[in-house]
Amino acid sequence: MEAVLLARLQFVLTISFHYIFPPLTFGVSLLIAIFLGMNLKTGKQLYDDMAKFWTKIFLIIFTVGVASGIVMEFQFGTNWEAYSRFVGDIFGAPLAIEGVFAFFLESTFLGVLIFGRNKVSKKFYFFSALMVVLGSTMSAFWIIVANSWQQTPAGYQIVDVLDSAGNIIGKRAELIDFFAAVFNPSTLPRFFHAVVGGWIAGSFLIAALSSWYLLKKRNIEFAKNSLKIALIVALFSSLTQVMIGHWHAVVVAKHQPVKLAAMEGLFETQKNAPLSLIGIPNAETKQLDYEISIPGLLSFLIDFDTDYEVKGLNDYDESLHPPLFLTFTSYHIMVGLGMLFILFPLIGLYLIWKNKIENSDLFNKLMLSMLILPTMANQLGWMAAEVGRQPWVVQGELKTADAISKVVSSGEILTSIIIFGILYLFLGILFVYLVAKKVRKGPEALIITK
Amino acid sequence: MEVTFLQNIWFILIGVLLIGYAILDGFDLGVGILQFFTKNDKDRRILINSIAPFWDGNEVWLLTGGGALFAAFPHAYATVFSGFYLALILLLVGLIFRAVCMEFRGQVESDSWKHFWDKAFNFSSFLITLLLGVALGNIFVGIPLGADMNYTGSFFTLLRPVPVVIGLTGVFMFIMQGAIYLTMKTEGDLHNSSIKWAKNSWRLFIIALALTTVLVAVLEADKFSLFISRWGAYPVLAIMIISLVMIIPSINKGKFFQAFLFSSLTIASMFLIVALTIYPNIVPATDPAMHMAISRVSASEYTLQSMFIVALIGVPIMLVYTTYVYRIFKGKVKLDEHSY
Repeated sequence: MEAVLLARLQFVLTISFHYIFPPLTFGVSLLIAIFLGMNLKTGKQLYDDMAKFWTKIFLIIFTVGVASGIVMEFQFGTNWEAYSRFVGDIFGAPLAIEGVFAFFLESTFLGVLIFGRNKVSKKFYFFSALMVVLGSTMSAFWIIVANSWQQTPAGYQIVDVLDSAGNIIGKRAELIDFFAAVFNPSTLPRFFHAVVGGWIAGSFLIAALSSWYLLKKRNIEFAKNSLKIALIVALFSSLTQVMIGHWHAVVVAKHQPVKLAAMEGLFETQKNAPLSLIGIPNAETKQLDYEISIPGLLSFLIDFDTDYEVKGLNDYDESLHPPLFLTFTSYHIMVGLGMLFILFPLIGLYLIWKNKIENSDLFNKLMLSMLILPTMANQLGWMAAEVGRQPWVVQGELKTADAISKVVSSGEILTSIIIFGILYLFLGILFVYLVAKKVRKGPEALIITK
Repeated sequence: MEVTFLQNIWFILIGVLLIGYAILDGFDLGVGILQFFTKNDKDRRILINSIAPFWDGNEVWLLTGGGALFAAFPHAYATVFSGFYLALILLLVGLIFRAVCMEFRGQVESDSWKHFWDKAFNFSSFLITLLLGVALGNIFVGIPLGADMNYTGSFFTLLRPVPVVIGLTGVFMFIMQGAIYLTMKTEGDLHNSSIKWAKNSWRLFIIALALTTVLVAVLEADKFSLFISRWGAYPVLAIMIISLVMIIPSINKGKFFQAFLFSSLTIASMFLIVALTIYPNIVPATDPAMHMAISRVSASEYTLQSMFIVALIGVPIMLVYTTYVYRIFKGKVKLDEHSY
């Protein structure tokens, strides 16, 4: 197989496995901080027990996230050497800043969160939890700065690279405006979109596992309270996400119109452009098969004006089209799931308000089945963003095919795919097994020590 | 080409990050290898818990060093990471395994489960140490590079005698660092074992260091003479020898923290020797015409300057809370309900 294809597969494998975990850590760490804060405020032991138990689950998530995250920083250099040379002047900076401002903070205070319970005051312990939340959020910010710069590059110029004899051997992007690069057009919407996506994923995880206790009639008080707070966070996040998602889509429409056209399956440039609900984009016939759409809504959503002209795929050379099916489908399923994420917390909170949650087996079963859907939505969102940018690795400047390491053979990349594939499968199975084991053992295993 | 002030600063800062990494992750990697020599489960747990609150933060020094190399010398990052491909994949496997071993081992009450994670912990700690040492050894002696700044050797080029011996020297150095760290953290029999480990690894480290010196003098005579021609060589050598010699008396007097500082100083001197030998290149080539000089392969002055401001703000903050948290966990390890 071609080295570029293999290197892309390797990236898909490592990023998608890794990206299961950081969003969950955003959400779960936020809830832990909320539980500890409520314990400080009310003095109720129950909240402390909740923080204690969910921290144990958090640790397993965090561990696999850290383990798989190390690969990410290395593989720009290993598999994408030409890319690293081209963007290094700009892309390396946020990675280094992520280390200095986020990783140190997160890992140092995580040490306190795990081992410091008996060694520091309650207030400092709560502060440590907040620092873990801040660390993971800043980490998200800087990594998204780097990624967003690839999507909507800004604050740079292209210059020649010379060899030792002074001959031109390539080109690279040089930074000329730090803040323009950091706050490039897509940074903020993508940052909020990803972090809030993490809050949804983390709160749904806790809500779903709490529902499992309610189904099993175990730890009722513990589960009801965990469920309630998780659902409040989930509802707040899902509603916020609608606005952020919209903001993000408008930025894509303005700055990456081809990607938007692919996400919407829009072939013809038109005013009064429709918002597609379902369909399968057909590159042969250049139309959306099985289309169900709302006329004018896409134009309206982008500019609050149905007269707004949206560019279609036909306006762009076919070599610049991203893979249509993947982009369209992943985007649409993500949006559909987003609607479910509003509905579920609403129903759940209604049942809690009516004091019926303990006996609502149907709701709890459905809630449990929602366990991994937000994680899937995050994956699909990431996929839409990354596949939708193809064939570019840096929008308008560098093609993915030109970004690969020249000295690495396809055999070597294949070797690494096999090694990481086996390793991640092993870690993935262990992760599920260990979380399930912790949940089955339950919070009572921790609380009797008090 | 003239080397600018900021290029020098970043050469130094990356050196500082690598030295910080070697001193800090050095002790926890060393503890990871030493766990292999413990006799019972309680001792194994004490060793793990002696490093558990810190190892993740220590590893961030490496990640930040990698990021800083990418930001300040992107060509060096691209050349080394693509050139050392298979070695780095192995290193990543080691880092992944080690990251999960400590957390996973206590999750299941089964001897074979714990045995598996202990062995994975020992082996991955060893593998990481050895690979990093061999990588540094290769940078020290230079690697084959083409005009396009790409690596032209193979995986086996990395296994030349001098880099391999430097790698082994690094293994004993980290074991020594880990053992001295343990003398501060353990009590009773385990404390006595730690002292024995520290002294034995000190001896083995000196033997490996002597072997490295001889091999470099014979096989890499130009590096040897280049180093001793540098003005900084003699103070660095003096510091290294004095701190290395002072380790044993410090241990004998029971001044274990002092021994740890001397061991850390030894590690720092080793890195300074490499830095003084390769400067003004960041990745020396086997063919001098292809050297990757810091003046040629650095990021733009503007990026170096922006990143320098970031470092001036971020690093002091980081040092303050890191030091604070180390103090929270100071003293001998006592196992409690929150331990692994």
